[in-house]
Amino acid sequence: MGKSVVKKMLFILSKAHIDSAYAAMVMANGARMEGIEAEVFFTFFGLDAITKKKLKHLKVATVGNPAMPMPTMLGGLPGMEAFASMMMKKEMEKLDMPPVDEFLEILSASGCKLWACKLAVDMFKLEEKDLIDDLDGILTIGDFYERADVEGTQIIFI
Amino acid sequence: MELNVAGKTINLTDDGYLADLSQWDKDVAFAIAKEEEVTLTDAHFKVIEWIQNQFKSGEALSVRGIKGSGVIDIKEFYALFPGGPLKKATRIAGIPKPKSCI
Repeated sequence: MGKSVVKKMLFILSKAHIDSAYAAMVMANGARMEGIEAEVFFTFFGLDAITKKKLKHLKVATVGNPAMPMPTMLGGLPGMEAFASMMMKKEMEKLDMPPVDEFLEILSASGCKLWACKLAVDMFKLEEKDLIDDLDGILTIGDFYERADVEGTQIIFI
Repeated sequence: MELNVAGKTINLTDDGYLADLSQWDKDVAFAIAKEEEVTLTDAHFKVIEWIQNQFKSGEALSVRGIKGSGVIDIKEFYALFPGGPLKKATRIAGIPKPKSCI
């Protein structure tokens, strides 16, 4: 602890796939647990992860996902995406991974800043009330770059 | 690795955690806390006691567990053990380094 040259991790989450959202949240939480600062910028479809009505319904992609253990033709059948997502959530629960809403609460309480992208918020015609209460604000990408204010900051795009 | 506390030799693992919880006492906690730059208070010991009980009952430790502990919330946890709370808290509590990613 303390030896890492990484001092601050900035994540940009641009996708609504449940696996992408968890990648961002696990890495952000992992950073905080190591005493590294962390912030997440939610943009484009990544906004779903902080949109109150959507965050509990993030899904795994069953089509266009080469790692999915089923033929793409089947992945497109009605209900398949919901089924695969349910299975995945079950597996994650076994590993004590919190659901999205609880994970965001944990991140916020850990001091991880959560930002919404202004351009995407405007594009999807969202308002602040549509987004989670723990949100730290709505930023432009320029504002977000400003957050890279210490030596040893890394920016990761997911 | 070893640590000398009040005339006793405490065995440590390579990453500085207690090799044997039975060697733990408050003096040991204070000695390790000093290395971690944490000044222990009653609030810290409440958390330490909870962590030790979790460990003894075979529960895996995670930040989510801390949230549901009823002893402390996550904000307080980060405030009590700044800069790597679970790693520091477990080390001071004399239990192995947690392996969870969450």
